Amino acid sequence: MGSYVPSGISERQEMLKKIGVSSVEELYAAVPSEMLVGSLDLPEGKSELEVSALMQEISEKNKVFKTVLRGAGAYKHYIPAVVKSVTSKEQLVTAYTPYQAEISQGILQSIFEYQTMICELTGMDVSNASVYDGATAMAESVAMCKERKKTKAYISATVNPQYLAVVKTYCSASGTDLTVIPEKDGKTDMEALKAAMGADAACFLSQQPNFYGVMEDCTALAEITHAAGAKYVLCANPISLALCKTPREYGADVAVGEGQPLGMPLSFGGPYLGFMATTTAMQRKLPGRIIGETVDVEGKRGYVLTLQAREQHIRREKASSNICSNQALCALTASVYMAAMGKDGMKQAAKLCTSKAHYLAEQLTAIAGVEMVFDAPYFHEFVTTLPKQNEVLSALENAGILGGLPTEKGVLWCVTEVVTKAELDKAVAIVKEVLA
Amino acid sequence: MNNPKNLFYTKSHEWLKKNEDGTAYVGLTDFAQAELGDLVFVNLPVEGDPVTADEAFADVESVKAVSDVNSPVTATVVAVNDEVADEPAKINESPYDAWLIQVADIEDTAELLSAEEYEAFVENQ
Amino acid sequence: MKLIFERGFEGQALCLMPACDVPECTVEGFEREQELHLPHLSENELSRHYSEIAKRVHGVNDGFYPLGSCTMKYNPKINEEAAALPGFTGIHPLQGDKNTQGCLEVLDTIEKSLAEISGMDSVTLQPAAGAHGEFTGLMLIKSYLNSIGATERKKIIVPDSAHGTNPASAVMCGFEIVNIPSAPDGCVDLEALKGAVGEDTAGLMLTNPNTVGVFDKNILEITKIVHDAGGLCYYDGANLNAVMGVVRPGDMGFDCIHFNLHKTFSTPHGGGGPGSGPVGCKAFLAPFLPGIRVGRKPCGCYKSEKAEQSFGEVKAFGGNFLVVVKALTYILTLGKEGIPEAAKNAVLNANYMQACLKEDFDLAYDVICMHEFVLTLDRLHKETGISALDLAKGLLDNGIHPPTMYFPLIVHEALMIEPTETEPKEMMDEAIAVFKELKRLAYEEPQVLHDAPVKTPVRRLDDVRAARTPVLRYSFE
Repeated sequence: MGSYVPSGISERQEMLKKIGVSSVEELYAAVPSEMLVGSLDLPEGKSELEVSALMQEISEKNKVFKTVLRGAGAYKHYIPAVVKSVTSKEQLVTAYTPYQAEISQGILQSIFEYQTMICELTGMDVSNASVYDGATAMAESVAMCKERKKTKAYISATVNPQYLAVVKTYCSASGTDLTVIPEKDGKTDMEALKAAMGADAACFLSQQPNFYGVMEDCTALAEITHAAGAKYVLCANPISLALCKTPREYGADVAVGEGQPLGMPLSFGGPYLGFMATTTAMQRKLPGRIIGETVDVEGKRGYVLTLQAREQHIRREKASSNICSNQALCALTASVYMAAMGKDGMKQAAKLCTSKAHYLAEQLTAIAGVEMVFDAPYFHEFVTTLPKQNEVLSALENAGILGGLPTEKGVLWCVTEVVTKAELDKAVAIVKEVLA
Repeated sequence: MNNPKNLFYTKSHEWLKKNEDGTAYVGLTDFAQAELGDLVFVNLPVEGDPVTADEAFADVESVKAVSDVNSPVTATVVAVNDEVADEPAKINESPYDAWLIQVADIEDTAELLSAEEYEAFVENQ
Repeated sequence: MKLIFERGFEGQALCLMPACDVPECTVEGFEREQELHLPHLSENELSRHYSEIAKRVHGVNDGFYPLGSCTMKYNPKINEEAAALPGFTGIHPLQGDKNTQGCLEVLDTIEKSLAEISGMDSVTLQPAAGAHGEFTGLMLIKSYLNSIGATERKKIIVPDSAHGTNPASAVMCGFEIVNIPSAPDGCVDLEALKGAVGEDTAGLMLTNPNTVGVFDKNILEITKIVHDAGGLCYYDGANLNAVMGVVRPGDMGFDCIHFNLHKTFSTPHGGGGPGSGPVGCKAFLAPFLPGIRVGRKPCGCYKSEKAEQSFGEVKAFGGNFLVVVKALTYILTLGKEGIPEAAKNAVLNANYMQACLKEDFDLAYDVICMHEFVLTLDRLHKETGISALDLAKGLLDNGIHPPTMYFPLIVHEALMIEPTETEPKEMMDEAIAVFKELKRLAYEEPQVLHDAPVKTPVRRLDDVRAARTPVLRYSFE
């Protein structure tokens, strides 16, 4: 057993003497004695060697797929070696929120750099220091857009269902009226959107590419939203943004998204990273931490937590969000990733993703019975019909390939830059074989 | 403390200046700005918004605090001071020139104090 | 120090991506036209940039970090190693129960452990942070009240000493806040509480030990008052480190709780996250839980399920899983004896520092404390002009991370000190000597403290300028 307590018996005796008590138990005198725990019903502590072996053993009960053709909100991308090296630096790992700016310049500067990169990627003016994940970023955006007379939120049915679930939770919590705009041919039904939004519309939320991988006409969605006097929130895939139009180019007021593709492993769903960026006009509505540049008493450039009066520790029950942390280490991961990849590397990765996805789609749809479900442009995910779905997916699984995700519309496939042509050909051959 | 005699004051530290045309200006007192410290942001209503006596119509932020600004009257906003919104420091520099809103159609009034009464109130705080 | 954008030159890049082995294409009609500025460095420059960044950070690994209410204990390395196992990092969250038996075992094991430690029946690992856990716990309360038709119960009672997230979370859940004043001893004022509860009471949010570091001895009466009025009791687990394995929130009468795995269970704070804020609850609230519920199949295999009346999801997927892995590693290491051992030594350390510092400073509450205590520098400030902030800045020049300042709000010139159990007496003695020296400076050479810090990479920064004219990103123009 170890408890990482560094004091020995004699130190403890000295401390007790200084306090003026004879035992540690006396320090708990305020606790009603009938409440004291006799002994926890837990295993005894273990040596590091035993714990290490046990965790290894548990981890091996999971299956690590060599080839991953599944996305749906979690994407397997290449993580440059330098990313892991930087993000395991002990100072950065073991520090906390940079309350004391003078000894936290490293954290503060790295977040300032992160904010800049997120602004660049999304085309927006201002970014916060990050929130928990893409789903909560979307959910937090609703509160940003609400005004006294504009209280209703609208969301497309084509967003990731997990994100939709979280937005629903946040809206039902605060009593915000949320309407889901139906899907039509894999895209947001624009006529339904037009008809739904009235003068009390606060915002409309959609995703690009959407859950089915489809690229929607977000410019038109922005126009419809703005015509109703509401704000347009676009949830974007960050890798796609190196190649495809930015939320700003579509006319979005708020850009949010899941930052996991920027250097974070799949990790069974977390920790990930929610990014949020907006226009200067709406910067004070952004939730969460924001870092700003300033100078010290000698005029030297430095960074501080700023615009804090928006936040819960000052505004308390009047704050529009309760968030009091960010995913700092994940934001750092994303920064190092983007810095390592650079503009060209990001574009290359995006291009590899879309090229390989299109290759897989072509190869799969050449097989009888496998067809594209939506006739629409896509980035790196697409939906096909798939006969003998379970059989095909388990045949792939047996070959170490995690196939597409079964959804209501068909099987949702995803290809990223880490998958080689040889792996794709192998997958296609297996599908062909099962369907032959 | 130098609180102009021609103004009215509230216990929540706002001042009200009644104009001859029936409108009035509302601002923050010297005491309020000193307590809050360097103001960095002012969140004002827009023209046409109704304000209610004793209810918040704006908030002001310093680096480490935020405070509601209550209206001394029930009325309608006819003008907001954009200069103060652009440069909140003006409230710190000259609180009695830096009005926040101008109101008209005054229907109701909160409890108002004279400059002497307000000073006595602040002394006892 | 230069920003990353001010280094390197256009066109410089690492060689990371291979040539395309399939026909190239783009997403036609959707091409980005807006310029994209990202850093352009060699790997050497990139690596050095972040080494310089890391030198300008004070982590738990760099020295004493007695940041009250944040439990900055040592972050064991074995936790990091476990969380970096490819069998955890390489798992897609949607690859099915059959292929994620290990992940489900992690969730199941830690759920049972946390339930035992807290005296609860069920735990969800989905919330990503303490505040997120508060939101989740309050939604459980709201869902339960709605399910029994008690929709008129809309008020959450919060003591004035509470952390700001408590009222903010309650409002996010559509509750109204009733603030109650604390008694002179910093504990709940029973009369104020009795006056506040009623037919509109949804619940009470409380930390115990409370935010001044004192165990509220009336806790059973407090939870009874709330329950008798028909409300529920929410335990903010911010201060669980003081009592884990010694006394359980469930036994104090609480109905639900959030844990901060990044405080109590030694997972690193990462400069502000990722954390993890699991929520535990009594059985009657369990049907409303969000996230993955782990069950067993007849074969003994794990299966993931949804709670029958789940109020929804608070985050995509199952939570900050790797953080959960670290916390489980810690719990397995400490075990049944190590857990109370840690708590008791946290309390011992705090009382030792309190006993030493009260010779020179005023305590906000001069009683036996739990894992943290609060100094009030009100008198020092009046006599010398040196504020809690000035003293904190003086600590920076001595390599010590300052305590939490100006919290709780009910104490003037507050410094909240939490040494944690992982600090040796030697370290605390050094820190105590520094505190005493700073007090001497306050009376004899106050200018030194007004000027502090002078040894840090930058000196005091202009917060007002930052907020008045926000510069929130680097400009490439």
